Amino acid sequence: MPEQLIFAMEVFLNGLMAGVLYALVALGFVLIYKASGIFNYAQGVMALFAALTLVGIMEGQVPFSHLINAALGTDIHHFGWHVPGFVAILLTMGVMVILAWLVQKVVFRHLVGQEPIILFMATIGLAYFLEGFGDLMWGSEIKTMNVGLPQGMNLAIDEVTYGIFGYGFFIDNLDIVATVIAALLVVALVIFAQYTKQGRAMRAVADDHQAALSVGISLNFIWVMVWSVAGFVALVAGIMWGTKSGVQFSLSLIALKALPVLMLGGFTSIPGAIVGGLIIGVGEKLFEFAIGPMVGGATENWFAYVLALIFLVFRPQGLFGEKIIERV
Amino acid sequence: MLDAGRTDETLLEVNNIEVIYNHVILVLKGVSLSVPKGGITALLGGNGAGKTTTLKAVSNLLHSERGEVTKGSIHYRGDRIQELDPAALVKRGVIQVMEGRHCFEHLTVEENLLTGAYTRADGSANIARDLEMVYDYFPRLKERRKSQAGYTSGGEQQMVAMGRALMSRPETILLDEPSMGLAPQLVEQIFEIVKSINEKEGVSFLLAEQNTNVALKYAHYGYILESGRVVMDGPAAELRENPDVKEFYLGMSDDGRKSFRDVRSYRRRKRWLS
Repeated sequence: MPEQLIFAMEVFLNGLMAGVLYALVALGFVLIYKASGIFNYAQGVMALFAALTLVGIMEGQVPFSHLINAALGTDIHHFGWHVPGFVAILLTMGVMVILAWLVQKVVFRHLVGQEPIILFMATIGLAYFLEGFGDLMWGSEIKTMNVGLPQGMNLAIDEVTYGIFGYGFFIDNLDIVATVIAALLVVALVIFAQYTKQGRAMRAVADDHQAALSVGISLNFIWVMVWSVAGFVALVAGIMWGTKSGVQFSLSLIALKALPVLMLGGFTSIPGAIVGGLIIGVGEKLFEFAIGPMVGGATENWFAYVLALIFLVFRPQGLFGEKIIERV
Repeated sequence: MLDAGRTDETLLEVNNIEVIYNHVILVLKGVSLSVPKGGITALLGGNGAGKTTTLKAVSNLLHSERGEVTKGSIHYRGDRIQELDPAALVKRGVIQVMEGRHCFEHLTVEENLLTGAYTRADGSANIARDLEMVYDYFPRLKERRKSQAGYTSGGEQQMVAMGRALMSRPETILLDEPSMGLAPQLVEQIFEIVKSINEKEGVSFLLAEQNTNVALKYAHYGYILESGRVVMDGPAAELRENPDVKEFYLGMSDDGRKSFRDVRSYRRRKRWLS
C-alpha cells in the first residue's frame, strides 16, 4: 500500500475523533434550537463555564476568591480539599441545572413570543455574562483538567496497524473515550426524545408551542429541562476539550466551529449534528493533509466555513434538516 | 331529545368579561355565558365576533398571545380560574381544541394522542385503555396511528386534535371551529362524534362555530356573538326558529333562501346594546 494512502487513513481517523468534539458542541445547539427556536450563541461558553466549575470544585477552589480577597483584604484561594472526579461531575451538573433554571427565569420567560433575533441577542448577552461571571468566580488562568480519562497514544492500535501496514497509527486514547462517550450520549438522547413522556413533550413543544400549552404541557418546565440537558452536553464537551487542551477561555471559541457543523447537518437534527461534526472534522484534516502544503497550510482555520458556505448556497436546510411538511 | 343532556348544574360561568390584546385592542366588550354540566353549548357568530377569544379567555391561552382579561370574572365549579395556567386547567378537566387543529406535525398520530395524557398521573394502564376508547370513537386514527400527523388529511387532523383532548379525561372541552375547512359530510360526522362523546362520556362542550346550521342542530343552547358582545341567546331549538337568526345566520327568510347580497350584518339592523 502506498505510503501516502496509509498516512491519509491515519489523518482520516484523527479527523473523526476531532469531529466528535465538534459534534458534541453542535448537539447542545440543536437541542435548544429544536425545543425553543432559540439559537443559543452561549453554548460554547456554557461548555467553558461547566469545565471551569468542574475544575474549581475538584481543586477545592474558593469561588469569587479574588473578589473576596479584594474586598476583605484576606488571602484565601483554596479550601484545601480535593473532590473526586465523579462527585465533582455530579455537583457541576447541579450547577448547570441551576444555571438553566436561572436563564429561563431571568431571561427567556420575559421574552416568550418575541422575534427570533431578539432571543438570539439575548443569548449573545448571556454568553458575555457567563464568560465574565466564570472569570470572576474561578479566575482566568489556564487550568489543567484531570478527571481520570486515559490519555496518550493507544498502544494496541499502534501495534495492530504496525503489523498490517508496517506503520503504527497514532490515535489518542482520549479521542477514543470521547467517541464512545459521545456515541452513548447520542443514543441516550434519542431514547429520551423518542420513548419517554418528557421527551415526547419536548418534541411536542418544538412542533407547536400553543398546542403544547393547550394540552397542559408547561413550556417553562420543558425549557428548563432542555437547557439542563444542553448544560449536560456542554459539560461533557467541556470535559473533553478541557482534558485535551486545558481549561482556558479560548474554549468558548469552539462554539464558532459548531456553526459550520450546524449548517452542514441542519439546525434541527440530532443525527445531523453528529454527521456534520464528523464531516467537518475529517474534511478539514484531510484537506490540510492533501491541499494544505500547496497553499501554505493553516487551511483548518477556514475550510469548515467555506464548506458551510457551499452548503448554504446549495442545500440551506443542511443534510438532515427538517423537511417542512406541506400538505397539498 | 334536545334538552336531554342538560342538567341544572353549571360548570362554567363567564361573567361580563372584557378582553384586550396588546394593551390596546378591545376584542370582547362584556361577554357573559354559562355552560351547564352535560350540555353542548354553542357560541355562534361571524368572523371576528370574538368566539375564539372567548374560548381562549376561559382556557387561559390568551396570555401567550398577549391578550388579557381586564374586566369580569370566569368561574369553573365556583372557583375563580382566571389566574390559573392552562396546565392547571387541564388538570381540572377543562381543555381546549384549538381552531385549525394544531397537531404536532412531526409526531405520529399515536404520539399526538399520548401528549393529551401529559398531565395525568393515574398510570399507563388507564392511559392505554383510554387510547383504545379514542380509537373506538375515531377508527380512522387507529389505521393511521404510525403516520406523522403532518401528513394526514384535514379531517384526520381534526380527529387527532379532538382525540388528544379526550386523552386528558376532560369534563369540559372547549371546541373551536371543528368544521373549518372540512367537507360537509365530514362536518356531520365530526358533530355526530361530538354528540356521542357528550352522551356516552358525559363530557360538556363549549363549541365555537361559524356553521350555524350544523351547530344549532347538535347544540342544546346557543349564544350569538357580534363584535365582542352577546346579542342573543336561547335554547338551540328556539334559535333555529327565530326569524332573525334564520335570516341573518341561516340565510333563510319567509320568502325562501336569500341571496347573499341581501344578507346584511345583523347588528346594522338591530341595535341591541349601547
